[in-house]
Amino acid sequence: MRGTNAALGAAGLTAFLALGEAVPRLGIVREAYFPPTSRIASAFADELSDDAFWTALGDTLTGWALGLTIAASAGIVAGVLLSVVPYLRQATASTIEFLRPIPSVALIPLAVLLYGTELRSVLLLVVYASFWQVLIQTLYGVQDVDPVAEETARSYGLGTWARIRHVLWPTALPYVMTGIRLAAAVALILAITAELVIGAPGLGARIAVAQNSQAVPEMYALIVVTGILGLLINVGARTVERRALAWHQSVRGEVAV
Amino acid sequence: MLDVRGLNKVYEGSGRRVEAVRDLTFTVDAGELVCLVGPSGCGKTTLLKCMGGLLTPTGGEVLLEGRKVSGPPPGMAFVFQEYGRSLFPWMRVAQNVELPLKQKDVSRSRRPELVADALQSVGLADAADAYPWQLSGGMQQRVAIARALAYEPQVLLMDEPFAAVDAQTRADLEDLVRGLWRERGITILFVTHDIDEAVYLGERVIVLSASPTVVQEQLKVDLPDERDQLHTRVAPRFAELRTHVYEQIQAAKRGTPQDAVKADTPPPH
Repeated sequence: MRGTNAALGAAGLTAFLALGEAVPRLGIVREAYFPPTSRIASAFADELSDDAFWTALGDTLTGWALGLTIAASAGIVAGVLLSVVPYLRQATASTIEFLRPIPSVALIPLAVLLYGTELRSVLLLVVYASFWQVLIQTLYGVQDVDPVAEETARSYGLGTWARIRHVLWPTALPYVMTGIRLAAAVALILAITAELVIGAPGLGARIAVAQNSQAVPEMYALIVVTGILGLLINVGARTVERRALAWHQSVRGEVAV
Repeated sequence: MLDVRGLNKVYEGSGRRVEAVRDLTFTVDAGELVCLVGPSGCGKTTLLKCMGGLLTPTGGEVLLEGRKVSGPPPGMAFVFQEYGRSLFPWMRVAQNVELPLKQKDVSRSRRPELVADALQSVGLADAADAYPWQLSGGMQQRVAIARALAYEPQVLLMDEPFAAVDAQTRADLEDLVRGLWRERGITILFVTHDIDEAVYLGERVIVLSASPTVVQEQLKVDLPDERDQLHTRVAPRFAELRTHVYEQIQAAKRGTPQDAVKADTPPPH
């Protein structure tokens, strides 16, 4: 079954690439705006041999990783604090509901005003967008603590800190992991957007340059790169999740008892 | 050892006032195995949680060795009915047993000994590296009991610990608890809704009334120390005692105390 699925997946992808080759060649769309797959592939190969490309990739990944790390740490700490300190969650709920839906891109002018085209601009947008994903999931996760587990911990004399560490955190972890996986995807979108719109160095800026200089196949090649990045990030996040949550129902599967 | 004096617990919330426990007074001596039975919903769990320091009583007090219980005392261990939720699925069996010891500041070298010894006593020496969810229900409850034993409590509070396991496992676990009690000399307070279980296990049975709860009767179980599932349960004395407790519980449900509350007097033969 697994082999069949993989074969079907590969066939589908091949068909898609073949379609991308055939449609411009047959003149259905203009080759100037939509180059065939083979030309995108050769532009992709050229990019790989260009040092500037690797620098841009490094810049994008730096913005993504730094932003995600800051957002995840802040989201987790804030989520746990809001739940542990009495009344804090109720007091902040409306503010969170107000701030959360603000699209991060709406902050682009602010980022430019504050930091120009520096990395910090990218970070501002990435952190703002990813933070909420982690925070909301952490808040849900922390609420999921089993009262019996909590009472067990209390009956054995575990203090507040020990209960956070041994009960609350492991309970919330599956949710936190989901939050981080979502945040990782959002962080990439915002990193590329920021580079594209603000012109901070990175893949986004390189896409903008390719577009301005009519290097259409190169532009597509770079878009493909961002797609592959997104794919790798998702696969990576899922792997980490499975490792960290080997004990969890969603991962452990059926157990013979 | 354990003194419950005039315990009263009232739950108040959303305009409803529920008096779960009205006025409970009884004592448990050191090294005793006492069973608490009562009609369902009579506040057994509330009582036990007050005794364990997990709930604050509205009135009255609980004393452990003369000291008032105001939070979970280090000399008490709790075994819950919901073993599946009481064990932490993210920890292996040995880690589950060891965690309370870390909190109790037991030395690093002593901890593995206690863990191994406790697991050995419940017959799970080779399950140390398993996760709780890889074990059957009965085995999970054994892990919870091992965790309580390793904690080396003076008093073990057990809240309907075998209500969720099948009958055969239950019989095994009952013998395990009685065996551990005789072996280790711990004081055990065992809450159950099963009359046979109470009579089979206990040295003394405290019958509680329906909610709001008072002590309906205290009954000494004058069965021999050596008990086994096969013979004890068919002994004529066992039948008399269980019939007596059964009548008391029925009376408790109707809300009429059948006799005046007698302390520790077994019914006549």
